[in-house]
Amino acid sequence: MSNVKYTVAVIGGGVIGGMISRELTRYGVKIVILEKGNDVALGASKANSGIVHGGYDPEPNTLKAKLNTLGVEKLFKAASELNVPIKRNGSLVCAFSEEEKAHLDLLYKRGFENGITALEIIDGDKARELEENLSESVVAALWVKNAGIVCPYELTVASIGNAMDNGAELITDFEVVGINKDGVFEIVSADGRKVFADYVVNCAGAYSGKIASLVGDDSIEIIPRAGEYLLLDKAEGGRVKHTIFQVPTKDGKGILVSPTVDGNLLTGPTASVVASPDNKETTADGMNKVNTLALKSVPTVNFRNVITSFTGVRASNKGGDFVIGESAACKNFINVAAIDSPGLTCCVSIAEYVMDVLKGVGLKLELSADFNGTRNDPHFFRKMNDDEKNDFIKSNPTYGRIVCRCEGISEGEMRYAVKTNPPASDLDGVKRRTRAGMGRCQGGFCSPTVMKLIAEERGIGKEQVTKNGGGSYIVTEKL
Amino acid sequence: MAAAVAAFDSGITDVVIIDREKEVGGILRQCIHNGFGLHKLGRELTGPEYANHYKLEVEKRGITVYADTTVLSVTPDKVVTATNTSGILKLQAKAVILAMGCRERSRGALNIPGTRPSGVFSAGCAQKLINCEGYSVGKRVVILGSGDIGLIMARRMSLEGAKVEAVCEIMPYSGGLTRNIVQCLEDYGIPLYLSTTVAEIHGNERLTGVTIAEVDDRRQVKPETKRYIPCDTLLLSVGLIPENELTRGAGIGMDPITGGAVVDENRMTDVSGIFACGNVLQVHDLVDYVSDEAEIAGKGAASYVKGLDKAENRVKAVAGNGVRYVLPQRVNTRGGDTDIFLRVTAPFGKVKFTVKSGDNVIATAIKLRATPGEMEKITLKADKLRTANGDIRVDLEEM
Repeated sequence: MSNVKYTVAVIGGGVIGGMISRELTRYGVKIVILEKGNDVALGASKANSGIVHGGYDPEPNTLKAKLNTLGVEKLFKAASELNVPIKRNGSLVCAFSEEEKAHLDLLYKRGFENGITALEIIDGDKARELEENLSESVVAALWVKNAGIVCPYELTVASIGNAMDNGAELITDFEVVGINKDGVFEIVSADGRKVFADYVVNCAGAYSGKIASLVGDDSIEIIPRAGEYLLLDKAEGGRVKHTIFQVPTKDGKGILVSPTVDGNLLTGPTASVVASPDNKETTADGMNKVNTLALKSVPTVNFRNVITSFTGVRASNKGGDFVIGESAACKNFINVAAIDSPGLTCCVSIAEYVMDVLKGVGLKLELSADFNGTRNDPHFFRKMNDDEKNDFIKSNPTYGRIVCRCEGISEGEMRYAVKTNPPASDLDGVKRRTRAGMGRCQGGFCSPTVMKLIAEERGIGKEQVTKNGGGSYIVTEKL
Repeated sequence: MAAAVAAFDSGITDVVIIDREKEVGGILRQCIHNGFGLHKLGRELTGPEYANHYKLEVEKRGITVYADTTVLSVTPDKVVTATNTSGILKLQAKAVILAMGCRERSRGALNIPGTRPSGVFSAGCAQKLINCEGYSVGKRVVILGSGDIGLIMARRMSLEGAKVEAVCEIMPYSGGLTRNIVQCLEDYGIPLYLSTTVAEIHGNERLTGVTIAEVDDRRQVKPETKRYIPCDTLLLSVGLIPENELTRGAGIGMDPITGGAVVDENRMTDVSGIFACGNVLQVHDLVDYVSDEAEIAGKGAASYVKGLDKAENRVKAVAGNGVRYVLPQRVNTRGGDTDIFLRVTAPFGKVKFTVKSGDNVIATAIKLRATPGEMEKITLKADKLRTANGDIRVDLEEM
């Protein structure tokens, strides 16, 4: 790694960094992804609603509006190439009063201006025809037919994995603390490692302001906004088919109730400005709020079936629009900042837009004949029928041994996750890639075995296996 | 294993046991403390010893064991699909006995606010890491929940040199056995705080501490009582949930109170030929009773296979005043003496249980003490049971 010069250094291993990296490898560019954490998808890409937004919400003529309209279909295409589950389940934005109903008209018009035609305003009864568990108090809804759901961390893992398969290098535990420029960029990590690159793409999410300031660019002010979620057991997953929104407020799109691609039910998020993006606590108030407001939309949700709660931090800013372009303070330093909602929807359109920005500042981009945009499906095994599984187990016995009983994940699938780009290195990494420990027992049964597999695959002691890197050790010492 | 042995001894010798672990014995294998077998075997054994007793019985009879094999589904026609490192197995059974046990309620299900550091374990997970894997999980411990596993782990962590700062119980009484409170907490000077919960979890990487607080009678945190305890480990012993995913998959009717299947006195569910016993049916406090229940199910399954179960005189057994649930939920009024099991709704002093069918008193029982943590058993005599002219109901009166 040391003294290798890359053409582009991408700072931040989130979904934006992932998709930008994948695009860059499409052109055969020599790149490195620098990630502060010990795995990818640890920021907002890990903890968000996982929604493919239809495009009715952004103010017309903003970057958000443009990239959202372009982004929906691009995301569906990329997800399918990357074998990431994505589903066009449609969404309903619900109005509970005449006043809110008027707001739906505004959203409809805005959507129309943004070029979105898959919209229809329906009355409460029609909405309840589409969603039988919807509240009787819903008087009207905006039906967003092009909207969908996707698993955000899986998309991130897959995009970075695909970029790596095509030659990108990922360096984790690389917290960028200094950037010097003397012709080329010299990027310095907290532990003194250095990486050199001709161009830098700053997609450090909630930390993108801090990264920009390292090159003297103080124009980006990120206002971290925390959102708390409650995730429910698959027993609740069928409660709704569409993603159920409430009429948005200035704080965001409000509390949603949505199925996930994995069959759970997701409720949330709240929206509260926090002092630091590291502030990922859940609160009693926040959880109560999610509970109460979700029940307003779908009164039959059984919150006794919550399996976990979590907080994600959005990288918002005052201006309210994405900030994408070369820094005014530093040539060849590209900011991709303030990517809050609908950032996930726009991840591919943003990546393509960034290619144009890079071309504009002189990076030569020619399609590489070697690029392969398809990623092997890490979930090939669970999609097999019993006969196919039986055959596969004969030559791959570890796939026959179930380790995570709640989600039915085999030892073979877990080992695969530790060996495949980007390799999982800890319990949470295996969990995000395989769903082991994501079910109703939350790893109570399988975590000792998952620990053992990680230790074996990585050739380390169990004491060195962590939950999510750093000092998050699980066992202290051999007795 | 107890059910398999009982079925075998009842004349059905074509029995297989399927277990997901590499060794049979289930959760007993990690319960290295003693106290098992006093009622059933007249000896005080450790968990592995108790399991080994049955393992030897299984081996003696040459009963086939598919270990390291996970059942993926059971159909109402009793086709069992399982997987192991040799491939996918499909077995057609005449009767199936479900004995999958429980899982522990997780942190997520409790909605404890705060961060998500490492060092938060279910008590059983920590027990496995310590007793089976041989690793220490932490040095300074708070335990939430005073169920038996929590109490046992308080002692276990102390023996490994950890300091157990507190055991917090959200209810005004412990859900554990009295003997465990004495032997695991009092003997080690570990404080038990009743009507107290963990209100917040702190730490970004490893756990650095918890905020505990008293709760009011609606189990809501009293903010003025919050206090911080530094610790690196939080163990959760906050309830067991019968693992009935296979049961539900087979379309078997469930009891919302026990979390297990609705069964008759033979422990047969409402799907003919599928039986359930042990913690997957109801959470037990003593393994001895688990074995008893397994034997009932094993014999019941054997009778079913032999075509002997012709009972058509079943009535419902329901919980009345002061009783949380009654099991079995259906009882044959023309059978032999029948034991029914129940739990009370709250701690009581001296109580009298009355089992009635309409106005007919079928049985009464007086207990000096009754707590939700200890399962009660009442025997219904065959001759009295015959007088039942409809559903039977169990009520508790304080004396």
